[in-house]
Amino acid sequence: MSTQPLRELLEGAFPDATELDVSDRTGGGDHFQVVVTAPSLSGLSLVEQHRRVYEALAAPLADGTIHELRIRTKGATS
Amino acid sequence: MSYSDKVKGVIEGSDVAIFMKGTPQFVMCGNSGRALEALRRAGAPVTAVDVLPDPQIRQELTAISGWPTIPQVFVKGELVGGADIVEELEQSGELERTLREKLGDDYASSRSEETVSVS
Repeated sequence: MSTQPLRELLEGAFPDATELDVSDRTGGGDHFQVVVTAPSLSGLSLVEQHRRVYEALAAPLADGTIHELRIRTKGATS
Repeated sequence: MSYSDKVKGVIEGSDVAIFMKGTPQFVMCGNSGRALEALRRAGAPVTAVDVLPDPQIRQELTAISGWPTIPQVFVKGELVGGADIVEELEQSGELERTLREKLGDDYASSRSEETVSVS
């Protein structure tokens, strides 16, 4: 899978994102690194922030398209 | 006892529990290794459970935690996160702060590492 479908899922879940990046860590289309910075994540624990990302990517996680996912999230940077 | 009860028992009964692929002596996945190493750097006493012997272990764990991936790290029954979070917290010093807060200032004195089987 290319990074574009994942990016679109994340853009849908985090329309307020000030930073949103998806990279293919190995070039194999199944190990991804996701970076999201969004005001809507502010005030949430890292566990809750990562949960939001897992929820956004639930379908490709469930069907095995994503074999490995690394996540880095931040709330709004003031 | 069902897997569910055994998994709950480890989560609630351990100072620091890590559900991982493989064991601390024989890590079977890079992310499990990353989380374990971060815990070791922080001096955490670790109780490890290998989820690989039976897929049901992972299913029960995720049903309890609501967390979809492995590894999963718990401190005093509370989900701290997976490899990315544990690494991030270790690097910022927050992991040590949490361990000190939850386990006491001398938490690192034991530096114990045990593996328990739930299967």
